[in-house]
Amino acid sequence: MANATTAGAALPADTNIPTVLHEPRGTASFHLKVFIGIAVALVIAPFVLYPVFLMKVLCFALFALAFNLLLGYGGLLSFGHAAYFGMASYLSAYSAKVWGFSPELAILTGTATAALLGLVFGAVAIRRQGIYFSMITLALAQMVFFFCLQAKFTGGEDGIQAVPRGRLFGFINLADDRVLYFVVAAVFLFGLALIYRIIHSPFGQVLKAIRDNEPRAVSLGYRANQYKLAVFVLSTTLAGLAGALKAIVFQLASLTDVHWSMSGEVVLMTLVGGMGTVFGPIVGAAVIVAMANYLATLGAWVTIVQGIIFVLCVLLFREGILGLVARWVKRPL
Amino acid sequence: MITIFGVPSAALFGQLLLGLINGSFYAILSLGLAVIFGLLNIINFAHGALYMMGAFVAWMLLNYLGIGYWWALILAPVIVGGVGILIERNYIAPLSFSDQRQSFVLIGATAIGFLVLSFGFSLSATLAFVGAAVIGVAAASIYAWKRPSQSSTVHVDHLYGLLLTFGLALIIQGLFRNQYGVSGLPYGIPPQLAGGQQIRLFDAPIMFMPNYRAWVIVASLIVCLATWFMIEKTKLGAYLRAATENPTLVSAFGVNVPLMITLTYGFGVALAAFAGVLAAPIYSVNPNMGADLIIVVFAVVVIGGMGSILGSIVTGFTLGLVEGFTKVFYPEASSTVIFVIMVLVLLVKPAGLFGRAS
Repeated sequence: MANATTAGAALPADTNIPTVLHEPRGTASFHLKVFIGIAVALVIAPFVLYPVFLMKVLCFALFALAFNLLLGYGGLLSFGHAAYFGMASYLSAYSAKVWGFSPELAILTGTATAALLGLVFGAVAIRRQGIYFSMITLALAQMVFFFCLQAKFTGGEDGIQAVPRGRLFGFINLADDRVLYFVVAAVFLFGLALIYRIIHSPFGQVLKAIRDNEPRAVSLGYRANQYKLAVFVLSTTLAGLAGALKAIVFQLASLTDVHWSMSGEVVLMTLVGGMGTVFGPIVGAAVIVAMANYLATLGAWVTIVQGIIFVLCVLLFREGILGLVARWVKRPL
Repeated sequence: MITIFGVPSAALFGQLLLGLINGSFYAILSLGLAVIFGLLNIINFAHGALYMMGAFVAWMLLNYLGIGYWWALILAPVIVGGVGILIERNYIAPLSFSDQRQSFVLIGATAIGFLVLSFGFSLSATLAFVGAAVIGVAAASIYAWKRPSQSSTVHVDHLYGLLLTFGLALIIQGLFRNQYGVSGLPYGIPPQLAGGQQIRLFDAPIMFMPNYRAWVIVASLIVCLATWFMIEKTKLGAYLRAATENPTLVSAFGVNVPLMITLTYGFGVALAAFAGVLAAPIYSVNPNMGADLIIVVFAVVVIGGMGSILGSIVTGFTLGLVEGFTKVFYPEASSTVIFVIMVLVLLVKPAGLFGRAS
């Protein structure tokens, strides 16, 4: 994590562009502290809060982190990330329940499905830019939704219920919420570390260059479309990991996971937490999941409140929560 | 009864007719999206919600005020267009302002209005929210009136326009869902258009054509072509196209571009409301009627490309027909066929069938 400052070394030697690094000194060690803080909080949390709620937050936080990798660092607004989250959720649930896969294999199956789907859809979607990219990803996700609505294996309106949690690696019994929580927390931390590493790698630097000025990056010899496709697939894979994990945790995969409103929710989490901040989506996911829990009895008010938050964020708080905090502590988060 | 490709002609043509009707809604909605996108550079996610609002306004006019279909066909677009103008002035335009004061006034007045109405007057939350939105918009409009010299200096990221209008769509749909439920409300066919014609070919009955459905197709074609004529052939349209190309230059010639932007948004939204009124007697008036439709319309827009007005119209009607065909011959794919076509078009002609390469 600490080698962010050496990222420029991997750039082609003759291009001589200034690297896009503007993180003040000491940021890497500051981030390490934040990372350790998160790890400690994750260990303490289940003794304070309800583990199932925490697992929900962690699954959605991973989903939002994956989404933010694409939006915040690739500059690509996908409005169809529910497709990858949901398909991974279905495949993970199906393979665990019908094929009798062990949880780790089921999660891998789901994640691989999302990666494959992301590769195919990404190749189509990156052919257009800006608003069109958003509309195309949304339309593709809607296609997946209708597929899931009609396909036999998804169970239609019922979804796939009573998915067995099983035994991880054959000996860790996941039926216990506490045990499962620590597995989920470990996967989440792995995802967070991976995303942090991607953002601060030479690959991540090129991504930011493409985000900020694509024609210039292209003129410098970077194949922008390959980078975009790569980050798209990475993002969908991690979104799939979150979805697959969610299916095991809640023992359920349903149409809600692939619906466009799920795509909207992940956008909202990222926006609330702070687009383009490393840790923002975690905060955003916690806020939105907690809010949904509190407002669950109020029916359509959940969507109204979500809409209000969208409007508020866009009009007044574009930086999001961690964007504000980052300005306050004068360090990127 | 004649059969075509093993399908009874009545079933085939019935589905094609329904396809054509859906196609006319696609055409009107994508037309509005294209006009708005051209000038505002945002994709209006609230378009589906405002289409739904058009249908609801027609229903409300009938049930609360006793105003029938024909007046609703004029009044609903005017009312929803007015709502659109207020949205543009108070929500969308401030996105490009260099300071956020108007937004603070808007949000503050809305919040205070909500508290006063819901606790002071003990209105139901939904009604209090609608009232508060009116208060907020009024306060922000008065504020903007007092200091009108807001220059749009900041370049608006298309991202924020999309997210803002998505949020507005969620709010509008949620409010209607709270107030009217999701089961759908009936809206009758106007008596002048009840019944239908049996269409015969050489004395053999081919299909039954309900009068109302024929009217929907004719009315949509007229509106689409009138819009095309206005934009491509009139002086006003010339200003509009010029402002789409270069707003700074056009405003240098003394044209009030911000006003034009506002009216364009209102017009695009009014088109959506018009489609909503047309749809009301065919589909039940339902808070969710716009949400799924708008995604299909996005696909239509991607297929057609937003460069050409006639292109949007042709693409809309054609895709409606294609969807109708699919419903007859391979019903399982009817809900996905437009998305599949979108993928194929993107692979072959990424800029869209009528689009200009950017």
